[in-house]
Amino acid sequence: MALDSKTTQDVMQFKVVGTRPLRPDGIDKVTGRARFGADISAPGMLTGLVLRSPHAHARIKSIDTSAAEAMEGVHAVVTRRDFPERDLDEGTADVLDNCMAGDKVLYDGHALAAVAASSTHIARKALKAIKVDYEPLDHVTDVDAAIQPGAPVLHQGRANESVPEGASPNIMARYEFGHGDIEAGLAQADRVLERSYKTEATHQGYIEPHACLAQMGPDGQADLWCCTQGHYMVRNTCAEILGLAQGQLRVTASEIGGGFGGKTTVFLEPVALMLAKKTQRPVKMVMSRSEVLRATGPTASSSVDMRIGMTKEGIITGAFAELRYQGGAYPGSPVDMGAMSAFAPYDLEHVKTIGWDIVTNRPKAAAYRAPGAPMAAFAVESAIDELAKGFGLDPLEVRLRNAAREGTRASYGPTYPAIGLEATLRRAKDHPHWSAPLGPNQGRGVACGFWFNFGGDTCVSLNVTPDGTVTVSEGNPDIGGSRASMSMMAAEELGIPYEKVRTIVADTGSLGQNEVTDGSRVTFAVGLATIKAARAAKAEMCKRVAQVWGIDEDAVEWKDGAAHPAGPNAGTHPPMTLAEIAAIASNTGGPIAGHCEANPEGAGVSFATHMVDTEVDPDTGAVKILRYTVFQDAGKAVHPAYVEGQFQGGATQGIGWALNEAYIYGEDGLLQNAGFLDYRIPVASDLPMIDAVILEIPNPGHPYGVRGVGETSIVPPLAAVANAVSEAAGVRMASLPMSPPKVLKAIRDS
Amino acid sequence: MRYLAPTTLEDAVQMLAEDPGECRVLAGGTDLLVRMRAGMTEPDSILDIKRIDALREITAEDGGWRIGAAVSGAVMNEHEGLCADWPGVVEAANLIGSTQIQGRCTLAGNLCNASPAADSVPAMVAAGAVARIAGPNGTRDVPVEDVPLAPGKTCLEQGEFVASIFLPRRGPRGGDAYLRFTPRTEMDIAVVGCAVSLTLDADGICTAARVSLGAVAPTVILVPQAAATLEGTRLDEPALNALARTCSEAASPIADKRGTVEFRTHVAGVLARRAAKIAHERAGG
Repeated sequence: MALDSKTTQDVMQFKVVGTRPLRPDGIDKVTGRARFGADISAPGMLTGLVLRSPHAHARIKSIDTSAAEAMEGVHAVVTRRDFPERDLDEGTADVLDNCMAGDKVLYDGHALAAVAASSTHIARKALKAIKVDYEPLDHVTDVDAAIQPGAPVLHQGRANESVPEGASPNIMARYEFGHGDIEAGLAQADRVLERSYKTEATHQGYIEPHACLAQMGPDGQADLWCCTQGHYMVRNTCAEILGLAQGQLRVTASEIGGGFGGKTTVFLEPVALMLAKKTQRPVKMVMSRSEVLRATGPTASSSVDMRIGMTKEGIITGAFAELRYQGGAYPGSPVDMGAMSAFAPYDLEHVKTIGWDIVTNRPKAAAYRAPGAPMAAFAVESAIDELAKGFGLDPLEVRLRNAAREGTRASYGPTYPAIGLEATLRRAKDHPHWSAPLGPNQGRGVACGFWFNFGGDTCVSLNVTPDGTVTVSEGNPDIGGSRASMSMMAAEELGIPYEKVRTIVADTGSLGQNEVTDGSRVTFAVGLATIKAARAAKAEMCKRVAQVWGIDEDAVEWKDGAAHPAGPNAGTHPPMTLAEIAAIASNTGGPIAGHCEANPEGAGVSFATHMVDTEVDPDTGAVKILRYTVFQDAGKAVHPAYVEGQFQGGATQGIGWALNEAYIYGEDGLLQNAGFLDYRIPVASDLPMIDAVILEIPNPGHPYGVRGVGETSIVPPLAAVANAVSEAAGVRMASLPMSPPKVLKAIRDS
Repeated sequence: MRYLAPTTLEDAVQMLAEDPGECRVLAGGTDLLVRMRAGMTEPDSILDIKRIDALREITAEDGGWRIGAAVSGAVMNEHEGLCADWPGVVEAANLIGSTQIQGRCTLAGNLCNASPAADSVPAMVAAGAVARIAGPNGTRDVPVEDVPLAPGKTCLEQGEFVASIFLPRRGPRGGDAYLRFTPRTEMDIAVVGCAVSLTLDADGICTAARVSLGAVAPTVILVPQAAATLEGTRLDEPALNALARTCSEAASPIADKRGTVEFRTHVAGVLARRAAKIAHERAGG
């Protein structure tokens, strides 16, 4: 259900935007015709497989590949020695080390060699024939254990200048945000709650494993087909690692079976290119699910200490959080974004967050949908809930009393323009869900969430064909319906039917630089560029028509898909439609196109409120999700069905994170659940239909008011579910996942 | 790798006996093919028993039912007589994996995989099922609870395989049920499983019971002392409390990624009580 706000209606009347046309990739996906990463082959293709560390932490004393190389059908073996010694920036050097270990393996599953062979069977045998001499080292996988004195050290001397002297060598960075005087703020409270919260690492759980096909000729021209959230990023990173010119490496993005941030980096691609270079044959690599879980990016696990003060009227007087995130074996956990977003929904006079970026012997964390924010929101929203309920106050009302509004100075610095948090809270209060009765062993939880949203480098090229249809080329893999959304925005702007537009995801040779599909940026930034490209094409068409009519360009205006004479001196001419203009383009100056290259600002922050009912089985600790409603500001929902899908998907992933998903490591530091049997994402029968309520508070930074919607929806569910379970079980759950053994123990201990 | 597809039981026995390397029997393949794909096993030969007509049938025998080793859970689910007599066994087989898996997986395969968490095995054990084993020295009948010896190990000798499962005569006023605990509602593996089968007399007194537990020991276990708490009772609260306590005492689980010792021990009793109530209701109690 879309609610058009007054402002939007006053400003714009949409014809295409806001409708629900069929998705352009739908038939291909339900018939199996869509080509994902593993669905392309080339003549003479070899299979590439990766040898992975069986140790959590070990020094590589030697790797003997000779027996593998001597095997019939084995075309090449690569190790780190094959990669050129280059002066890489720290981030790219870590990416290379993660794709192919150097001196040490840093986690169970860390890649250290790869083979290319004429069959998978031979490649598997070749992996077994590679002899590695390891010197096992002590390991640490827990975020708090990693900073204890005497903990095993992953990297010596890599902390940046923000880390104080004498801190644990596993701390890579320290962040601090906030304003005011915390102690003064807490002193005004009627109650100060101090509590610690923990969350486990969770994987993005995309259904399609990483896959790619690489080829490289002796002239240095290379082609790569892969499943990614950003093929321009793949091009740039691989070119840097392999020492190729960016323009010589063409990367084509396949259809993508989910990413959720996990496909914003490279794992196989540089290795496949190196194998292709060494063999001069196309090389295809496809990960197994076990490899995906062991060696691609989960998100961070977290440990958060909270101090928050509230008056008995429900006013938060001061809020402090110290966040420790482990981001796996390399710097770069999303603790900075956790520390920035933690208190972003609230108008606070005294607020402070400190974030610590910690390394452990786990796979390098990759982005996961609003990276860093869900864990911070879990702590903050749990604490607010506990305080509110302790005072006997309505938890929605308490949030309203403290809600950030237009003009609020955010805890991370900026002052907000028009935002939608209050609207989501009011809508939640008025919704029948809020007043529905609950049965025994049931509880209701609410929580708010925030995400920044991004813009980023974007290119769109819009071409008018001679028969008057329109093609849009954009450079971002379609992960959430962007082809439909771009076609809709182009159709809206040009005044033509949606069916007249087809949007494609172009390869890296076809457009300029594009930021990866991340930060909920695509509908905002690529949409903005599409609208501007359409406006450029319209201006060109008006110019052509002015020429035909023999009048000034200014005297031609575009409306309803056609050029019309405008103004007192334009004369009377029958309108010329886009198709009519396209048909004679060759005679009026040549083909017609519009394009836009931009790095748009003004993405517009986004807020959501989630409400959930749960039932807890007091004899087994099992949690059932009974009802779930998402209230979120979309700015303007271009295709409401996709927006609802994003809301539902975020809630679902958050429910999984809250209840059962977790990376489970043994004492040996090895991952024990590298498969979907024991890494438990929710299945359809675990969930009720998730109701999605779309609010539309227009983003002033976008021509149609669009805000990104993809990430905010995973921020509130951890806390919303925990608040509901805590109420149902009669005991506060401050550690995720709330798996049945943990919930049962809490009930029996209480 | 060789693929063998005999059409008679005799041929199957002979091919298995004569195969020179490691030969694995394939029924539904829902365990074997997964293990092969994961690189955990690489047999030299696969002997597919699905082309043997006799092994694809459910036949009435001595008032009970003989279920061929290649009969899938989904086929069992559509057999009215079997569902009426042994709903607990049929439900257990149709908890395995997903709808797609249930179209392939078999009782015999679930048994021979020898996992303590196998869903259909506690139900078969409670039902008093007997496995008919074929081999080079003829056939032999073995109670289902004696087939698994340890995780992944069975009593099958070289060249032997399970050809069918026999579920005995149900008789009047009998009922069975199987419950398992899983964190998810489906596509999951039992953290604890419990099956109860019982018979009532005309007065509603339990005259015979069998109780079995899964995932709380190296193999699925039959718990006679738990059955004894029900026999001679009307399954009133004291009896159910005794049943729950006895099942928790009989459980000797390990702690692993799926559950703690404490959790499994407690939930064994919880499930026993709940399963007994369902079986009791089905028996007309």
